[in-house]
Amino acid sequence: MIILEDVHYSYDGVYTALRGISIQIDDGERLAVIGANGAGKTTMIKHMNGLLRPQKGRVILDGHDTKFMSVAEIAREVGLVFQNPDHQLFLDSVKKEVEFGLRNLGFTESEAEQKRQKTLTDLGLEGFAERSPFTLSGGERKRVALASVLSTEPRFLALDEPTIGQDAHQKSLLAQMLAEMNKLGRTVVVVTHDIEFVIENFPRTVAMADGQIIADGSTSMVLSNDEVIERCALALPQMTLAARAMRNVFPEVGQRLTLLSELEETIMGILGGA
Amino acid sequence: MALVEFADFSFKYLGADSLALKRITLTIDEGEYVVITGPSGCGKTTFCRAINALVPQFHRGYVAGNVYTDGKNTRENEVATFASVAGLVFQNPENQLVTLDVEKEIAFGPENLGVAPNEIRRRVEELIELLDLEELREKHPHEMSGGEQQRVAIAATLALKPKVLVADEPTSNLDPQSAETILKIIAHLNKKGMAVILVEHRLDLVAKDASRIILMNKGRIVADGNPREILAMDLCEEIGVGVPKATQVYKRLRTRGVELGTVPLTGVELAELVQEATSR
Ligand SMILES: Nc1ncnc2c1ncn2[C@@H]1O[C@H](COP(=O)(O)OP(=O)(O)OP(=O)(O)O)[C@@H](O)[C@H]1O
Ligand SMILES: Nc1ncnc2c1ncn2[C@@H]1O[C@H](COP(=O)(O)OP(=O)(O)OP(=O)(O)O)[C@@H](O)[C@H]1O
Ligand SMILES: [Mg+2]
Ligand SMILES: [Mg+2]
Repeated sequence: MIILEDVHYSYDGVYTALRGISIQIDDGERLAVIGANGAGKTTMIKHMNGLLRPQKGRVILDGHDTKFMSVAEIAREVGLVFQNPDHQLFLDSVKKEVEFGLRNLGFTESEAEQKRQKTLTDLGLEGFAERSPFTLSGGERKRVALASVLSTEPRFLALDEPTIGQDAHQKSLLAQMLAEMNKLGRTVVVVTHDIEFVIENFPRTVAMADGQIIADGSTSMVLSNDEVIERCALALPQMTLAARAMRNVFPEVGQRLTLLSELEETIMGILGGA
Repeated sequence: MALVEFADFSFKYLGADSLALKRITLTIDEGEYVVITGPSGCGKTTFCRAINALVPQFHRGYVAGNVYTDGKNTRENEVATFASVAGLVFQNPENQLVTLDVEKEIAFGPENLGVAPNEIRRRVEELIELLDLEELREKHPHEMSGGEQQRVAIAATLALKPKVLVADEPTSNLDPQSAETILKIIAHLNKKGMAVILVEHRLDLVAKDASRIILMNKGRIVADGNPREILAMDLCEEIGVGVPKATQVYKRLRTRGVELGTVPLTGVELAELVQEATSR
Protein backbone atom coordinates (compact mmCIF):
# COMPACT_ATOMS: atom_id res chain seq x y z
CA MET A 1 0.00 0.00 0.00
CA ILE A 2 1.20 3.50 -0.89
CA ILE A 3 -0.05 6.52 1.01
CA LEU A 4 0.69 10.11 0.10
CA GLU A 5 -0.13 12.36 3.02
CA ASP A 6 -0.52 16.10 2.38
CA VAL A 7 2.43 16.12 -0.04
CA HIS A 8 3.75 19.52 -1.13
CA TYR A 9 6.45 20.12 -3.70
CA SER A 10 7.95 23.17 -5.38
CA TYR A 11 10.69 23.05 -8.03
CA ASP A 12 11.87 26.60 -7.56
CA GLY A 13 10.46 27.76 -4.26
CA VAL A 14 8.08 30.16 -5.99
CA TYR A 15 5.54 28.17 -7.90
CA THR A 16 4.18 25.16 -6.05
CA ALA A 17 3.67 22.12 -8.24
CA LEU A 18 1.97 20.00 -5.55
CA ARG A 19 -0.23 21.61 -2.94
CA GLY A 20 -1.32 19.02 -0.45
CA ILE A 21 -1.79 15.70 -2.22
CA SER A 22 -3.39 12.94 -0.15
CA ILE A 23 -4.15 9.58 -1.63
CA GLN A 24 -4.18 5.95 -0.61
CA ILE A 25 -3.48 3.21 -3.13
CA ASP A 26 -4.20 -0.33 -1.98
CA ASP A 27 -2.46 -3.45 -3.16
CA GLY A 28 -3.86 -4.81 -6.39
CA GLU A 29 -5.57 -1.61 -7.52
CA ARG A 30 -5.65 -0.25 -11.07
CA LEU A 31 -5.72 3.51 -10.94
CA ALA A 32 -5.45 6.29 -13.53
CA VAL A 33 -4.33 9.84 -12.85
CA ILE A 34 -5.64 12.49 -15.23
CA GLY A 35 -5.27 16.28 -15.40
CA ALA A 36 -4.43 19.18 -17.69
CA ASN A 37 -0.86 19.89 -18.81
CA GLY A 38 1.13 21.19 -15.88
CA ALA A 39 -1.37 19.93 -13.28
CA GLY A 40 1.39 18.12 -11.38
CA LYS A 41 0.84 14.51 -12.46
CA THR A 42 4.48 13.75 -13.25
CA THR A 43 5.59 15.49 -10.07
CA MET A 44 3.21 13.35 -8.07
CA ILE A 45 4.11 10.01 -9.65
CA LYS A 46 7.82 10.73 -9.13
CA HIS A 47 7.05 10.91 -5.40
CA MET A 48 5.80 7.34 -5.49
CA ASN A 49 9.22 5.85 -6.15
CA GLY A 50 11.25 8.36 -4.18
CA LEU A 51 12.71 10.20 -7.15
CA LEU A 52 11.27 13.36 -5.67
CA ARG A 53 10.89 13.77 -1.92
CA PRO A 54 8.04 15.73 -0.34
CA GLN A 55 9.00 19.15 0.97
CA LYS A 56 6.05 18.88 3.29
CA GLY A 57 3.91 15.82 4.02
CA ARG A 58 4.85 12.16 3.82
CA VAL A 59 4.97 9.20 1.46
CA ILE A 60 4.33 5.91 3.23
CA LEU A 61 5.12 2.60 1.59
CA ASP A 62 3.73 -0.52 3.29
CA GLY A 63 3.65 1.35 6.58
CA HIS A 64 7.18 2.74 6.32
CA ASP A 65 7.85 6.44 5.93
CA THR A 66 9.97 6.62 2.77
CA LYS A 67 11.97 9.46 4.28
CA PHE A 68 14.03 6.72 5.90
CA MET A 69 14.40 4.65 2.72
CA SER A 70 16.91 5.02 -0.12
CA VAL A 71 15.76 5.36 -3.73
CA ALA A 72 17.18 1.88 -4.34
CA GLU A 73 15.09 0.43 -1.51
CA ILE A 74 11.93 2.09 -2.78
CA ALA A 75 12.68 1.09 -6.37
CA ARG A 76 12.64 -2.56 -5.32
CA GLU A 77 8.92 -2.16 -4.67
CA VAL A 78 7.90 0.63 -7.02
CA GLY A 79 8.91 0.64 -10.69
CA LEU A 80 8.55 3.96 -12.51
CA VAL A 81 8.42 4.42 -16.28
CA PHE A 82 9.23 8.02 -17.24
CA GLN A 83 7.08 10.19 -19.49
CA ASN A 84 10.13 10.87 -21.65
CA PRO A 85 12.13 7.68 -22.34
CA ASP A 86 15.25 9.78 -22.96
CA HIS A 87 15.38 10.39 -19.22
CA GLN A 88 15.36 6.70 -18.50
CA LEU A 89 17.45 4.90 -21.11
CA PHE A 90 21.22 5.18 -20.80
CA LEU A 91 22.85 1.93 -21.89
CA ASP A 92 23.99 1.07 -25.39
CA SER A 93 21.82 -1.94 -26.08
CA VAL A 94 18.21 -2.85 -25.50
CA LYS A 95 19.33 -6.10 -23.95
CA LYS A 96 21.59 -4.39 -21.40
CA GLU A 97 18.93 -1.80 -20.71
CA VAL A 98 16.31 -4.40 -19.81
CA GLU A 99 18.65 -6.79 -18.00
CA PHE A 100 20.21 -4.01 -15.92
CA GLY A 101 17.22 -3.66 -13.61
CA LEU A 102 16.77 -7.42 -13.37
CA ARG A 103 20.39 -8.02 -12.38
CA ASN A 104 20.17 -5.22 -9.83
CA LEU A 105 17.26 -7.01 -8.21
CA GLY A 106 19.41 -10.12 -7.86
CA PHE A 107 18.15 -12.28 -10.71
CA THR A 108 20.75 -14.64 -12.15
CA GLU A 109 22.05 -14.10 -15.65
CA SER A 110 19.85 -16.79 -17.14
CA GLU A 111 16.75 -15.66 -15.25
CA ALA A 112 17.37 -12.10 -16.41
CA GLU A 113 17.81 -13.24 -19.98
CA GLN A 114 14.62 -15.27 -19.89
CA LYS A 115 12.55 -12.45 -18.41
CA ARG A 116 14.05 -9.95 -20.83
CA GLN A 117 13.13 -12.13 -23.80
CA LYS A 118 9.58 -12.66 -22.64
CA THR A 119 8.94 -8.97 -21.96
CA LEU A 120 10.42 -7.83 -25.26
CA THR A 121 8.25 -10.35 -27.10
CA ASP A 122 5.14 -9.29 -25.20
CA LEU A 123 5.79 -5.67 -26.22
CA GLY A 124 6.40 -6.44 -29.89
CA LEU A 125 10.16 -5.92 -29.59
CA GLU A 126 11.48 -9.35 -30.49
CA GLY A 127 14.60 -8.94 -32.58
CA PHE A 128 15.54 -5.63 -30.92
CA ALA A 129 17.83 -7.01 -28.18
CA GLU A 130 21.12 -6.02 -29.81
CA ARG A 131 19.93 -2.60 -31.00
CA SER A 132 21.07 0.63 -29.39
CA PRO A 133 18.10 2.43 -27.83
CA PHE A 134 19.34 5.59 -29.55
CA THR A 135 18.61 4.14 -32.97
CA LEU A 136 14.98 3.29 -32.27
CA SER A 137 11.79 5.01 -33.35
CA GLY A 138 9.89 7.04 -30.75
CA GLY A 139 7.33 4.36 -30.04
CA GLU A 140 9.98 1.64 -29.88
CA ARG A 141 12.01 3.66 -27.36
CA LYS A 142 8.99 4.10 -25.14
CA ARG A 143 8.39 0.35 -25.23
CA VAL A 144 11.99 -0.37 -24.24
CA ALA A 145 11.53 1.98 -21.28
CA LEU A 146 8.36 0.07 -20.39
CA ALA A 147 10.11 -3.28 -20.85
CA SER A 148 12.94 -2.37 -18.51
CA VAL A 149 10.44 -1.83 -15.71
CA LEU A 150 7.71 -4.36 -16.56
CA SER A 151 10.28 -7.18 -16.82
CA THR A 152 11.07 -6.81 -13.11
CA GLU A 153 7.38 -7.24 -12.21
CA PRO A 154 7.52 -4.77 -9.33
CA ARG A 155 4.70 -4.85 -6.78
CA PHE A 156 3.79 -1.29 -7.73
CA LEU A 157 3.91 -0.16 -11.32
CA ALA A 158 3.89 3.58 -11.89
CA LEU A 159 3.67 4.48 -15.57
CA ASP A 160 3.84 8.06 -16.83
CA GLU A 161 1.97 8.38 -20.16
CA PRO A 162 2.62 4.79 -21.27
CA THR A 163 0.56 5.07 -24.48
CA ILE A 164 2.52 7.95 -26.01
CA GLY A 165 3.68 7.06 -29.49
CA GLN A 166 1.87 3.71 -29.53
CA ASP A 167 -0.35 2.57 -32.37
CA ALA A 168 -3.70 0.89 -31.71
CA HIS A 169 -2.20 -2.60 -31.78
CA GLN A 170 0.68 -1.79 -29.40
CA LYS A 171 -1.73 -0.09 -27.06
CA SER A 172 -3.82 -3.22 -26.76
CA LEU A 173 -0.72 -5.37 -26.19
CA LEU A 174 0.23 -3.04 -23.35
CA ALA A 175 -3.26 -3.10 -21.86
CA GLN A 176 -3.16 -6.89 -21.95
CA MET A 177 0.18 -7.01 -20.14
CA LEU A 178 -0.98 -4.62 -17.45
CA ALA A 179 -4.15 -6.66 -16.94
CA GLU A 180 -2.10 -9.84 -16.55
CA MET A 181 0.26 -8.28 -14.03
CA ASN A 182 -2.68 -6.87 -12.12
CA LYS A 183 -4.24 -10.35 -11.99
CA LEU A 184 -1.05 -11.57 -10.38
CA GLY A 185 -1.55 -8.98 -7.66
CA ARG A 186 0.48 -6.06 -8.98
CA THR A 187 -0.75 -2.54 -8.38
CA VAL A 188 -0.88 -0.42 -11.52
CA VAL A 189 -0.90 3.39 -11.52
CA VAL A 190 -0.87 5.26 -14.82
CA VAL A 191 -0.75 8.94 -15.63
CA THR A 192 -2.42 9.54 -18.99
CA HIS A 193 -4.31 11.91 -21.27
CA ASP A 194 -5.78 8.93 -23.11
CA ILE A 195 -9.30 8.84 -21.72
CA GLU A 196 -10.34 5.78 -23.73
CA PHE A 197 -7.42 3.88 -22.27
CA VAL A 198 -8.65 4.93 -18.83
CA ILE A 199 -12.26 3.93 -19.45
CA GLU A 200 -11.29 0.56 -20.86
CA ASN A 201 -8.67 -0.41 -18.28
CA PHE A 202 -8.92 1.49 -15.00
CA PRO A 203 -11.76 1.22 -12.47
CA ARG A 204 -10.49 4.12 -10.31
CA THR A 205 -9.51 7.60 -11.49
CA VAL A 206 -7.84 10.47 -9.66
CA ALA A 207 -8.28 13.89 -11.26
CA MET A 208 -5.68 16.60 -10.61
CA ALA A 209 -5.74 20.35 -11.22
CA ASP A 210 -3.27 23.01 -10.14
CA GLY A 211 -1.31 20.69 -7.89
CA GLN A 212 -4.32 19.31 -6.06
CA ILE A 213 -6.64 16.34 -6.30
CA ILE A 214 -10.10 17.55 -7.30
CA ALA A 215 -11.80 14.17 -7.61
CA ASP A 216 -11.02 10.57 -6.69
CA GLY A 217 -13.37 7.66 -7.19
CA SER A 218 -14.80 5.27 -9.71
CA THR A 219 -13.78 6.17 -13.24
CA SER A 220 -17.35 6.56 -14.46
CA MET A 221 -18.16 8.89 -11.58
CA VAL A 222 -15.04 11.02 -11.95
CA LEU A 223 -15.41 11.33 -15.72
CA SER A 224 -19.02 12.45 -15.51
CA ASN A 225 -18.16 15.27 -13.09
CA ASP A 226 -18.45 18.62 -14.91
CA GLU A 227 -15.76 20.26 -12.82
CA VAL A 228 -13.37 17.47 -13.79
CA ILE A 229 -14.18 17.83 -17.49
CA GLU A 230 -13.56 21.57 -17.30
CA ARG A 231 -10.48 21.72 -15.06
CA CYS A 232 -8.78 18.61 -16.43
CA ALA A 233 -9.24 19.99 -19.96
CA LEU A 234 -11.01 16.87 -21.18
CA ALA A 235 -12.75 16.66 -24.52
CA LEU A 236 -15.87 14.64 -25.11
CA PRO A 237 -15.11 11.34 -26.82
CA GLN A 238 -16.50 10.86 -30.33
CA MET A 239 -18.87 8.16 -29.01
CA THR A 240 -20.44 10.65 -26.62
CA LEU A 241 -20.71 13.28 -29.35
CA ALA A 242 -22.43 10.75 -31.59
CA ALA A 243 -24.81 9.72 -28.82
CA ARG A 244 -25.68 13.35 -28.04
CA ALA A 245 -26.31 14.25 -31.65
CA MET A 246 -28.54 11.21 -32.06
CA ARG A 247 -30.45 11.84 -28.87
CA ASN A 248 -31.62 15.18 -30.29
CA VAL A 249 -33.53 13.25 -32.93
CA PHE A 250 -34.06 9.84 -31.36
CA PRO A 251 -35.01 10.21 -27.70
CA GLU A 252 -34.58 6.49 -27.13
CA VAL A 253 -30.78 6.80 -27.35
CA GLY A 254 -29.20 6.26 -23.95
CA GLN A 255 -27.63 9.04 -21.86
CA ARG A 256 -24.26 7.45 -21.57
CA LEU A 257 -23.02 5.41 -24.49
CA THR A 258 -19.36 4.74 -24.04
CA LEU A 259 -18.79 1.46 -25.80
CA LEU A 260 -18.63 0.98 -29.52
CA SER A 261 -20.91 -2.06 -29.32
CA GLU A 262 -23.57 -0.08 -27.44
CA LEU A 263 -23.69 2.54 -30.16
CA GLU A 264 -23.72 -0.14 -32.82
CA GLU A 265 -26.72 -1.89 -31.25
CA THR A 266 -28.52 1.41 -30.72
CA ILE A 267 -28.16 2.28 -34.39
CA MET A 268 -29.27 -1.20 -35.46
CA GLY A 269 -32.34 -0.65 -33.27
CA ILE A 270 -33.09 2.74 -34.80
CA LEU A 271 -32.72 1.42 -38.31
CA GLY A 272 -34.95 -1.52 -37.48
CA GLY A 273 -32.36 -4.04 -38.50
CA ALA A 274 -31.58 -5.64 -35.15
CA MET B 1 5.98 22.37 -59.16
CA ALA B 2 5.12 20.20 -56.20
CA LEU B 3 6.00 21.46 -52.74
CA VAL B 4 7.42 18.08 -51.78
CA GLU B 5 8.39 15.36 -54.19
CA PHE B 6 9.74 11.91 -53.35
CA ALA B 7 11.23 10.28 -56.45
CA ASP B 8 11.82 6.56 -55.86
CA PHE B 9 13.47 7.41 -52.53
CA SER B 10 14.90 4.73 -50.25
CA PHE B 11 16.88 5.13 -47.05
CA LYS B 12 18.68 2.87 -44.60
CA TYR B 13 20.18 4.27 -41.39
CA LEU B 14 23.89 3.72 -40.92
CA GLY B 15 24.36 0.34 -39.24
CA ALA B 16 20.74 -0.74 -39.71
CA ASP B 17 19.83 -4.08 -41.24
CA SER B 18 16.82 -2.99 -43.22
CA LEU B 19 15.54 0.00 -45.13
CA ALA B 20 13.52 2.52 -43.13
CA LEU B 21 12.00 3.90 -46.34
CA LYS B 22 11.47 1.74 -49.41
CA ARG B 23 11.05 3.24 -52.84
CA ILE B 24 8.78 6.12 -51.91
CA THR B 25 7.33 8.03 -54.82
CA LEU B 26 4.76 10.77 -54.28
CA THR B 27 4.11 14.48 -54.49
CA ILE B 28 2.53 16.83 -51.99
CA ASP B 29 1.18 20.14 -53.24
CA GLU B 30 0.51 23.52 -51.72
CA GLY B 31 -2.62 23.69 -49.63
CA GLU B 32 -2.75 19.98 -48.85
CA TYR B 33 -3.33 18.59 -45.35
CA VAL B 34 -1.75 15.15 -45.35
CA VAL B 35 -1.99 12.81 -42.39
CA ILE B 36 0.66 10.10 -42.22
CA THR B 37 -0.14 7.08 -40.12
CA GLY B 38 0.99 3.50 -39.67
CA PRO B 39 2.36 1.16 -37.01
CA SER B 40 5.17 2.16 -34.68
CA GLY B 41 8.48 1.77 -36.51
CA CYS B 42 7.01 1.91 -40.04
CA GLY B 43 9.09 4.93 -41.09
CA LYS B 44 6.92 8.00 -40.39
CA THR B 45 9.60 10.00 -38.58
CA THR B 46 12.16 9.04 -41.21
CA PHE B 47 9.75 10.30 -43.87
CA CYS B 48 9.45 13.64 -42.02
CA ARG B 49 13.22 13.94 -41.67
CA ALA B 50 13.66 13.30 -45.39
CA ILE B 51 11.53 16.35 -46.23
CA ASN B 52 13.84 18.85 -44.55
CA ALA B 53 17.10 17.04 -45.38
CA LEU B 54 17.87 15.83 -41.82
CA VAL B 55 17.77 12.51 -43.62
CA PRO B 56 20.31 11.96 -45.16
CA GLN B 57 22.45 14.93 -44.10
CA PHE B 58 22.20 14.74 -40.31
CA HIS B 59 21.04 11.14 -39.98
CA ARG B 60 23.35 9.43 -42.40
CA GLY B 61 22.98 6.17 -44.23
CA TYR B 62 22.36 4.50 -47.55
CA VAL B 63 20.30 6.59 -49.97
CA ALA B 64 18.72 5.85 -53.32
CA GLY B 65 16.47 8.17 -55.29
CA ASN B 66 15.79 11.81 -54.45
CA VAL B 67 13.57 14.14 -52.47
CA TYR B 68 12.83 17.65 -53.74
CA THR B 69 11.42 20.14 -51.27
CA ASP B 70 10.29 23.40 -52.84
CA GLY B 71 12.07 22.21 -55.97
CA LYS B 72 15.44 21.76 -54.29
CA ASN B 73 17.17 18.41 -53.99
CA THR B 74 17.65 17.56 -50.29
CA ARG B 75 20.91 15.77 -51.08
CA GLU B 76 22.48 18.73 -52.83
CA ASN B 77 21.42 21.71 -50.72
CA GLU B 78 22.33 22.52 -47.13
CA VAL B 79 19.91 21.63 -44.36
CA ALA B 80 19.52 25.36 -43.58
CA THR B 81 18.06 25.90 -47.06
CA PHE B 82 14.99 24.01 -46.00
CA ALA B 83 14.43 25.66 -42.62
CA SER B 84 12.06 28.33 -43.88
CA VAL B 85 10.27 25.96 -46.23
CA ALA B 86 9.61 22.89 -44.15
CA GLY B 87 9.20 23.51 -40.41
CA LEU B 88 9.53 20.30 -38.43
CA VAL B 89 7.91 19.73 -35.03
CA PHE B 90 9.97 16.89 -33.54
CA GLN B 91 8.31 13.79 -32.12
CA ASN B 92 10.17 14.34 -28.84
CA PRO B 93 9.79 18.07 -28.10
CA GLU B 94 12.73 18.16 -25.70
CA ASN B 95 15.13 17.31 -28.54
CA GLN B 96 14.03 20.41 -30.37
CA LEU B 97 14.35 22.96 -27.55
CA VAL B 98 17.75 24.62 -27.47
CA THR B 99 17.54 27.99 -25.69
CA LEU B 100 17.14 29.26 -22.13
CA ASP B 101 13.57 30.51 -22.10
CA VAL B 102 10.35 30.32 -24.03
CA GLU B 103 10.62 33.77 -25.63
CA LYS B 104 14.12 33.03 -26.90
CA GLU B 105 13.01 29.62 -28.10
CA ILE B 106 10.28 31.10 -30.30
CA ALA B 107 12.60 33.84 -31.58
CA PHE B 108 15.47 31.44 -32.29
CA GLY B 109 14.27 30.13 -35.67
CA PRO B 110 13.34 33.46 -37.26
CA GLU B 111 16.57 35.01 -35.94
CA ASN B 112 18.54 32.37 -37.78
CA LEU B 113 16.56 33.09 -40.92
CA GLY B 114 17.49 36.77 -40.64
CA VAL B 115 13.94 38.00 -40.03
CA ALA B 116 13.77 41.67 -38.92
CA PRO B 117 13.71 42.19 -35.13
CA ASN B 118 10.34 43.98 -35.16
CA GLU B 119 8.78 41.17 -37.06
CA ILE B 120 10.33 38.62 -34.68
CA ARG B 121 8.84 40.43 -31.67
CA ARG B 122 5.47 40.46 -33.37
CA ARG B 123 5.61 36.71 -34.08
CA VAL B 124 6.76 35.90 -30.54
CA GLU B 125 3.88 37.85 -28.97
CA GLU B 126 1.35 36.45 -31.40
CA LEU B 127 2.40 32.86 -30.70
CA ILE B 128 2.60 33.31 -26.94
CA GLU B 129 -0.99 34.49 -27.07
CA LEU B 130 -2.18 31.89 -29.57
CA LEU B 131 -0.63 28.93 -27.74
CA ASP B 132 -1.36 30.17 -24.25
CA LEU B 133 2.29 30.43 -23.17
CA GLU B 134 2.10 33.66 -21.17
CA GLU B 135 2.76 31.99 -17.81
CA LEU B 136 5.74 30.10 -19.21
CA ARG B 137 7.33 33.07 -20.97
CA GLU B 138 10.47 33.14 -18.85
CA LYS B 139 10.69 29.45 -18.04
CA HIS B 140 13.58 27.25 -19.07
CA PRO B 141 12.32 24.69 -21.60
CA HIS B 142 13.87 21.83 -19.66
CA GLU B 143 12.01 22.88 -16.53
CA MET B 144 8.54 22.41 -17.88
CA SER B 145 6.05 19.58 -18.05
CA GLY B 146 5.93 17.37 -21.17
CA GLY B 147 2.83 19.05 -22.55
CA GLU B 148 4.22 22.53 -21.91
CA GLN B 149 7.37 21.61 -23.83
CA GLN B 150 5.30 20.36 -26.72
CA ARG B 151 3.33 23.62 -26.96
CA VAL B 152 6.59 25.57 -27.00
CA ALA B 153 8.04 23.32 -29.71
CA ILE B 154 4.97 23.91 -31.89
CA ALA B 155 5.18 27.68 -31.33
CA ALA B 156 8.89 27.67 -32.22
CA THR B 157 8.16 25.89 -35.50
CA LEU B 158 5.21 28.09 -36.44
CA ALA B 159 7.44 31.14 -35.83
CA LEU B 160 9.34 30.14 -38.97
CA LYS B 161 6.16 30.68 -41.01
CA PRO B 162 6.98 27.57 -43.02
CA LYS B 163 5.40 26.83 -46.39
CA VAL B 164 4.80 23.33 -45.11
CA LEU B 165 4.42 22.37 -41.48
CA VAL B 166 5.76 18.88 -40.84
CA ALA B 167 4.46 17.86 -37.43
CA ASP B 168 5.54 14.50 -35.99
CA GLU B 169 2.87 13.47 -33.44
CA PRO B 170 2.58 17.09 -32.24
CA THR B 171 -0.16 16.44 -29.69
CA SER B 172 1.15 13.25 -28.05
CA ASN B 173 1.80 14.95 -24.69
CA LEU B 174 -1.13 17.37 -24.74
CA ASP B 175 -4.30 17.24 -22.68
CA PRO B 176 -7.41 16.68 -24.82
CA GLN B 177 -8.46 20.35 -24.92
CA SER B 178 -4.98 21.63 -25.77
CA ALA B 179 -4.75 18.99 -28.47
CA GLU B 180 -8.05 20.19 -29.95
CA THR B 181 -6.97 23.82 -29.77
CA ILE B 182 -3.64 23.19 -31.45
CA LEU B 183 -5.22 21.11 -34.18
CA LYS B 184 -7.76 23.90 -34.81
CA ILE B 185 -4.92 26.39 -35.14
CA ILE B 186 -3.13 24.09 -37.59
CA ALA B 187 -6.32 23.55 -39.63
CA HIS B 188 -6.87 27.31 -39.71
CA LEU B 189 -3.32 27.99 -40.92
CA ASN B 190 -3.83 25.30 -43.54
CA LYS B 191 -6.94 27.12 -44.82
CA LYS B 192 -4.84 30.26 -45.07
CA GLY B 193 -2.33 28.49 -47.30
CA MET B 194 0.18 26.56 -45.18
CA ALA B 195 0.51 22.95 -46.30
CA VAL B 196 0.43 20.41 -43.47
CA ILE B 197 2.04 17.00 -43.15
CA LEU B 198 1.09 15.55 -39.80
CA VAL B 199 1.97 12.21 -38.25
CA GLU B 200 -0.65 10.83 -35.89
CA HIS B 201 -1.82 7.53 -34.43
CA ARG B 202 -5.10 8.88 -33.05
CA LEU B 203 -7.11 9.49 -36.19
CA ASP B 204 -10.19 10.40 -34.15
CA LEU B 205 -8.44 13.74 -33.66
CA VAL B 206 -7.27 14.57 -37.17
CA ALA B 207 -9.07 12.58 -39.87
CA LYS B 208 -11.70 15.30 -40.26
CA ASP B 209 -9.07 17.96 -41.02
CA ALA B 210 -7.12 15.90 -43.54
CA SER B 211 -7.48 16.23 -47.29
CA ARG B 212 -5.43 13.07 -47.73
CA ILE B 213 -4.24 10.14 -45.63
CA ILE B 214 -1.10 8.13 -46.30
CA LEU B 215 -0.81 4.71 -44.68
CA MET B 216 2.69 3.37 -44.19
CA ASN B 217 3.81 -0.10 -43.23
CA LYS B 218 7.35 -1.47 -43.01
CA GLY B 219 8.90 1.45 -44.84
CA ARG B 220 6.43 1.46 -47.71
CA ILE B 221 3.40 3.47 -48.61
CA VAL B 222 0.56 0.97 -48.65
CA ALA B 223 -2.37 3.33 -49.25
CA ASP B 224 -2.68 6.99 -50.19
CA GLY B 225 -5.84 8.94 -50.86
CA ASN B 226 -9.07 10.42 -49.61
CA PRO B 227 -9.49 9.90 -45.83
CA ARG B 228 -12.93 8.33 -46.13
CA GLU B 229 -11.80 5.82 -48.72
CA ILE B 230 -8.61 4.94 -46.91
CA LEU B 231 -10.20 4.52 -43.49
CA ALA B 232 -12.95 2.32 -44.89
CA MET B 233 -10.31 -0.22 -46.00
CA ASP B 234 -9.80 -3.38 -43.92
CA LEU B 235 -6.07 -2.84 -44.38
CA CYS B 236 -6.20 -0.29 -41.53
CA GLU B 237 -7.18 -2.90 -38.95
CA GLU B 238 -4.81 -5.44 -40.50
CA ILE B 239 -1.77 -3.25 -39.86
CA GLY B 240 -2.99 -1.88 -36.52
CA VAL B 241 -4.05 1.66 -37.40
CA GLY B 242 -6.48 3.34 -34.98
CA VAL B 243 -9.47 4.07 -37.19
CA PRO B 244 -11.82 6.80 -35.84
CA LYS B 245 -14.56 5.43 -33.59
CA ALA B 246 -17.33 6.68 -35.88
CA THR B 247 -15.71 4.94 -38.84
CA GLN B 248 -15.38 1.75 -36.79
CA VAL B 249 -19.10 1.77 -36.07
CA TYR B 250 -19.78 2.34 -39.77
CA LYS B 251 -17.64 -0.68 -40.62
CA ARG B 252 -19.32 -2.92 -38.05
CA LEU B 253 -22.73 -1.94 -39.41
CA ARG B 254 -21.52 -2.64 -42.92
CA THR B 255 -20.65 -6.23 -42.02
CA ARG B 256 -24.22 -6.59 -40.75
CA GLY B 257 -25.66 -5.42 -44.04
CA VAL B 258 -26.32 -1.79 -43.07
CA GLU B 259 -24.85 0.59 -45.64
CA LEU B 260 -24.81 4.21 -44.49
CA GLY B 261 -23.66 5.56 -47.83
CA THR B 262 -20.89 7.92 -46.81
CA VAL B 263 -18.03 6.94 -44.50
CA PRO B 264 -18.24 9.06 -41.31
CA LEU B 265 -15.12 10.40 -39.61
CA THR B 266 -16.71 11.97 -36.54
CA GLY B 267 -19.48 11.13 -34.10
CA VAL B 268 -21.64 13.98 -35.39
CA GLU B 269 -21.29 12.83 -38.98
CA LEU B 270 -22.29 9.33 -37.92
CA ALA B 271 -25.40 10.66 -36.18
CA GLU B 272 -26.35 12.66 -39.30
CA LEU B 273 -25.99 9.61 -41.52
CA VAL B 274 -28.24 7.56 -39.23
CA GLN B 275 -30.82 10.32 -39.35
CA GLU B 276 -30.67 10.49 -43.15
CA ALA B 277 -31.01 6.71 -43.38
CA THR B 278 -34.24 6.77 -41.35
CA SER B 279 -35.78 9.55 -43.40
CA ARG B 280 -35.11 7.81 -46.68
N1 LIG C 1 12.18 20.64 -13.55
C1 LIG C 1 11.26 21.60 -13.32
N2 LIG C 1 11.62 22.81 -12.87
C2 LIG C 1 10.69 23.78 -12.64
N3 LIG C 1 9.38 23.62 -12.81
C3 LIG C 1 8.94 22.43 -13.27
C4 LIG C 1 9.85 21.35 -13.54
N4 LIG C 1 9.15 20.29 -13.97
C5 LIG C 1 7.85 20.68 -13.97
N5 LIG C 1 7.72 21.96 -13.54
C6 LIG C 1 6.47 22.71 -13.38
O1 LIG C 1 5.67 22.07 -12.42
C7 LIG C 1 4.30 22.01 -12.83
C8 LIG C 1 3.84 20.57 -12.81
O2 LIG C 1 4.59 19.85 -13.78
P1 LIG C 1 4.34 18.31 -14.07
O3 LIG C 1 5.44 17.86 -14.97
O4 LIG C 1 4.15 17.57 -12.80
O5 LIG C 1 2.95 18.39 -14.85
P2 LIG C 1 2.09 17.25 -15.57
O6 LIG C 1 0.76 17.23 -14.93
O7 LIG C 1 2.85 15.99 -15.60
O8 LIG C 1 1.93 17.88 -17.04
P3 LIG C 1 1.98 17.19 -18.51
O9 LIG C 1 0.61 16.64 -18.75
O10 LIG C 1 2.23 18.36 -19.44
O11 LIG C 1 3.06 16.17 -18.53
C9 LIG C 1 4.25 22.68 -14.20
O12 LIG C 1 3.74 23.96 -14.07
C10 LIG C 1 5.69 22.72 -14.66
O13 LIG C 1 5.97 23.90 -15.41
N1 LIG D 1 19.05 6.37 -36.09
C1 LIG D 1 18.61 5.17 -36.48
N2 LIG D 1 19.47 4.17 -36.75
C2 LIG D 1 19.02 2.96 -37.14
N3 LIG D 1 17.72 2.64 -37.30
C3 LIG D 1 16.81 3.59 -37.03
C4 LIG D 1 17.20 4.91 -36.61
N4 LIG D 1 16.09 5.63 -36.41
C5 LIG D 1 15.06 4.81 -36.70
N5 LIG D 1 15.48 3.59 -37.08
C6 LIG D 1 14.65 2.45 -37.49
O1 LIG D 1 13.99 2.79 -38.69
C7 LIG D 1 12.63 2.35 -38.67
C8 LIG D 1 11.72 3.54 -38.89
O2 LIG D 1 11.83 4.42 -37.78
P1 LIG D 1 10.93 5.72 -37.65
O3 LIG D 1 11.42 6.48 -36.49
O4 LIG D 1 10.87 6.41 -38.95
O5 LIG D 1 9.50 5.03 -37.34
P2 LIG D 1 8.11 5.69 -36.95
O6 LIG D 1 7.10 5.22 -37.95
O7 LIG D 1 8.26 7.15 -36.78
O8 LIG D 1 7.78 4.98 -35.55
P3 LIG D 1 7.07 5.55 -34.22
O9 LIG D 1 5.59 5.55 -34.52
O10 LIG D 1 7.40 4.52 -33.20
O11 LIG D 1 7.62 6.90 -33.94
C9 LIG D 1 12.42 1.65 -37.34
O12 LIG D 1 12.53 0.27 -37.54
C10 LIG D 1 13.57 2.14 -36.48
O13 LIG D 1 13.99 1.15 -35.56
MG1 LIG E 1 3.72 14.90 -17.11
MG1 LIG F 1 8.12 8.41 -35.14
